Amino acid sequence: MNPFSYERARDAADALRIIGAEGAKYLGGGTNLVDLMRETVEKPTKLVDVTALSQSITETPDGGLLIGAAARNTAVAEHLIVRTRYPVLARAILAGASAQIRNMATVGGNLLQRTRCTYFYDDDGSRCNKRQPGQGCDAIEGFNRMHAILGASPACVATHPSDMCVALAALDAIVHLRDRDRERTLPLTEFHQLPGEHPEVETSLRPGELVTAIELRPFRFSRRSVYRKVRDRASYAFALVSVAAAMEIDDGTVKDIRLALGGVAAKPWRAFTAEAALKGKPATEESFRAAADAELAAARPLRHNAFKVELATRVITAVLKELTEAKA
Amino acid sequence: MQFNINGKRVDLDVDPRTSLLDLLRDHLRLHGSKKGCNQGACGACTVLADGERILSCLALAVQYQEREIVTVEGLGGKSGLHPLQQAFIDCDGFQCGYCTPGQICSAIGMMHEIGRGVPSHVSQDLAAKEISLSHDELRERMSGNLCRCGAYNGIVEAITETYAGAAK
Repeated sequence: MNPFSYERARDAADALRIIGAEGAKYLGGGTNLVDLMRETVEKPTKLVDVTALSQSITETPDGGLLIGAAARNTAVAEHLIVRTRYPVLARAILAGASAQIRNMATVGGNLLQRTRCTYFYDDDGSRCNKRQPGQGCDAIEGFNRMHAILGASPACVATHPSDMCVALAALDAIVHLRDRDRERTLPLTEFHQLPGEHPEVETSLRPGELVTAIELRPFRFSRRSVYRKVRDRASYAFALVSVAAAMEIDDGTVKDIRLALGGVAAKPWRAFTAEAALKGKPATEESFRAAADAELAAARPLRHNAFKVELATRVITAVLKELTEAKA
Repeated sequence: MQFNINGKRVDLDVDPRTSLLDLLRDHLRLHGSKKGCNQGACGACTVLADGERILSCLALAVQYQEREIVTVEGLGGKSGLHPLQQAFIDCDGFQCGYCTPGQICSAIGMMHEIGRGVPSHVSQDLAAKEISLSHDELRERMSGNLCRCGAYNGIVEAITETYAGAAK
């Protein structure tokens, strides 16, 4: 690990004041950043500890929920409003990492965690455009079973590892941001970037900008939401494919739907195509399968991950079927 | 820097790169917490911070200055072993013993979580007020602690025996 200085911010204004120089990074629970520093993938010269920032989880006047960026993952999953009104979010968090890591990891850090692509992690022996822009990518022709099938580029095929963000994408969550000049908000679906020619740019964050909170808006059918994750072992593994879904059915017809996929792209993948294909259609297995096919038509599998296309299609279909049956 | 380890105040300045695990093992000679993978995958370094189980290998010591840290060395009382430690012996909850301190700290943290009503991936009802200490719940909740000897049956038995009746 390279040497760095450490400062603890009292609040957001304090963090923005001390982040200063290039090479400084915000530190949350450290569960990803400390690991990456040990592997010399991350080499910050200064860490600004933001765990003393707001951890509060409070109801908003319109009936939504505002979650401070320093809230621990466990705190979000155990919050009674999250468990009852946004079960997909509680389920997604509980499907991720281990209990110890969920106790440490912050919500802001979860958003900003980096891919677990093994070539990205291998600072000594592999080429990676994300780690070293312009170097090339060893994953594209390598062991790419865990990699992206949607939205990838010739520069990068890495996936975003978060479960929580998949649920947030389905829930139309809003990210609250702040820099020295102003505060702004951004839909979560616009927060993460697809790789294009610059896989090293992963988010819409400006230099020094801080994630301060995540806002969940109220919506009618968020209680009817599920998260299903398929992985290589029953617990404590990253997703091969995951699906977050919420659906409103009226008289056998899909009235409204939110659908997002994990493990398939460099960002939590909101399935807008499938959603559009389903609205107003009969809530049947045939419609679900057709909508999943429509979403996955854009898939470009690699040598070792073509199974993800059929897997995603089946999991989408099964999850929507489950939501339909739960309604009855 | 000021730390609180197993109820004792410790004044010690360390490089910011020092993990909580290295602080415990290399600076304070508390060798109970183990370095297995040093990357958050095995759970052998699990300790309690204000009663919550965390991975000391991924924790920078500087971040834990005002927290109450308890390691396996701090669990037993004057009368001897913590009941869970004794149960691990009685139930053959280990072979080589390398993962054991992490398993025991993790199980104690898990019981705090169950007491608060924190659901798990396998909980059927997310809003349930009471959580059963079933075989499936226990294995899911302890999945962050690997045992390469495969003493899982003994580990599950030791935890169940110690806490049966604590959660319903």
